[in-house]
Amino acid sequence: MKSTILAGALLAFATATSVHAQAIKLADVAELSGGGATVGTNWKNGIDLAIEEINAKGGVLGRKLEVTHADSQSNPGVARAQVQKALDAEPYVLLGPGYSGSVKVTAPLAAEAGIAQIMGGEAAELTQGGNKFLFRTSFGQQSSMPKVAKYIHDDMKAKSVAVVWVNNDFGRGGRDVVVKELDRLGSKVVADLSTEAGQADFAADVGKIKAANPDAVFVYLNEEESARILKELKRQGVTAPLMGETTLIGQKVIELAGDAANGARGHVGLTTDAPVDLIKAFRDKFAKKYNYVPDHNGLKGYLAVYMVKATTDKMGKVDSKAFADTLHGLTIKAVDEPGILMDVTFSDTGDIDRQSFLVEVVEGKQVVKQVLPKVN
Amino acid sequence: MSNLFDLLVAGLATGAIYALVAVGFTLLWQTSQTINFAQGEFVMLPAFLMLAAMHAGAPFWLAIILGILLSMLLLGLAFKMLLVDPMLRHGVLPLAIATMALAIGLKEAVKQFFSAEASPFPSIVPTGDISILGHAVSLQSIGVLLLAILAVFGLTALLNRTSLGHQMQAAAQNPTVARIIGVPVERMILLTFLINAFLVALASLLITPIYLAKFTSGEVLGQAAFIAAIIGGFNQVRGAIAGGLLIGVLDNLAAAYVSTQYRAAVPMIFLIAVILFRPQGLLGRAEERTV
Repeated sequence: MKSTILAGALLAFATATSVHAQAIKLADVAELSGGGATVGTNWKNGIDLAIEEINAKGGVLGRKLEVTHADSQSNPGVARAQVQKALDAEPYVLLGPGYSGSVKVTAPLAAEAGIAQIMGGEAAELTQGGNKFLFRTSFGQQSSMPKVAKYIHDDMKAKSVAVVWVNNDFGRGGRDVVVKELDRLGSKVVADLSTEAGQADFAADVGKIKAANPDAVFVYLNEEESARILKELKRQGVTAPLMGETTLIGQKVIELAGDAANGARGHVGLTTDAPVDLIKAFRDKFAKKYNYVPDHNGLKGYLAVYMVKATTDKMGKVDSKAFADTLHGLTIKAVDEPGILMDVTFSDTGDIDRQSFLVEVVEGKQVVKQVLPKVN
Repeated sequence: MSNLFDLLVAGLATGAIYALVAVGFTLLWQTSQTINFAQGEFVMLPAFLMLAAMHAGAPFWLAIILGILLSMLLLGLAFKMLLVDPMLRHGVLPLAIATMALAIGLKEAVKQFFSAEASPFPSIVPTGDISILGHAVSLQSIGVLLLAILAVFGLTALLNRTSLGHQMQAAAQNPTVARIIGVPVERMILLTFLINAFLVALASLLITPIYLAKFTSGEVLGQAAFIAAIIGGFNQVRGAIAGGLLIGVLDNLAAAYVSTQYRAAVPMIFLIAVILFRPQGLLGRAEERTV
């Protein structure tokens, strides 16, 4: 009798061990506390939702997905330590972090380990250093700015543009690309104004914009500074149409700038307000599970996991070393993999090409005015 | 030309707010030898007191009154009794360092108990334009300028034309003799602290709709007002007023015609020049103390 029980226990243990061994292990390092807690929590919840869905449908190639979450505390130093720890466990793919600064210091570790890293950072330089293992979940500036410039030139019909940017890596990177593109399209930059991070007084900058009398103003600042300049533009009666990115028309900016944000337009890569059925379905599922509507970081986390699934399905095997090579140049269609939400193509540098949205602030709310198609 | 006019108006409006804060610097220095390095944070805090009152359900006008009263209580009375009085007996330098610590404490407290993120703040001046000499000028700039000038003129009238003001002058110039002739010196000193608290609360009310309510917003203001007070003359209220207006205009013109990156450097260079060639300040008087 004893031997039967022992044999049964051994069998159960062996089965459990076998199932565990078959699971595909993912490692996530995200901003779960500190200043980026909103970013990291949305990202993590998006990941968990996608994994739950995939596992409920039988997993990837018949194997379940498992993920471990580690907290970077929104600190690049901690992120680096957490990524090193995660890589030591030899995950199939590394997910995160969301902050560009944390991505910048962790990407060499993942590349050295030969593990693909799917992250949330948007700074242009991240994918320009020749790292063959780094992939975006959203647009980098080199992808979004050409769309912005095209919209300013083609749709706003602006022959002259004032460009206001924040003098840091983020602002400089965006400014360089947009100015180059505007020049290529034939829109003249009549004012090129650098501002300082944390700047409180924009009276002089707006004075310069007024003096230049442009057909349109492109604003590329962080959220708080965007709100301040929007208020100053209204205060000084600047009526030229305003164009920006997510940082100009985000919900926080609208809250801070109040009426001054009305009419501002911006290009956004991902928004849960997008007129796309699959995104609406995602939004509903997410809201049902977590009792709140996610921001674009929730979408990014969700997409990251479906990138893993689609790439693995494409390979037909779980091979972490071949993962990055397969994802480079891969186009994933939403009709084949609904979890990817919109058709997307990955470049050789890990950048993405996907449709995006032109949003306008109308009476304090974001309204999607136009869907901008994939570039290629 | 139109641009220059806009810059001058905007600069004067900002400068008038600097002047309010700079006047507070000189008042405290004259009456109690207090160099208050937390003056910028004193401008930051009232906005959060008003926001807290609004969050508790108070209408804006009531929040303003509560904010000003609480500011006078905390930044006037409590500041004097709990920090200045105990520290001053150890000398001017320990007190100055204590105010630096207070600045850090106030910032961290607001960050901890309110938010690290910026918050919107309503404006008491309506938005829109009016035409002056053919130029469209923002009502907000004009309103801020007028309110700040009104406050400064009111203060000047109080100091120069009333018995109370004369007693304050006497307490500042020679406390010993003032006591002999019956001036309640301690009460006069407390009054200057309360006036300073009122001025910073007013500055907070005027500047926060433009700068947004944030725990760091006092850093720029405190520095600008300190420079303004030194340039104008640390021992003269009128010097602080002139210094504030000058710094506001200079800052805006520097940003427009020199460089945004170096805008903060221009007032500093001017400050160095004033210290080198007229250390008592543009309107200050050497070896004299008066309010």
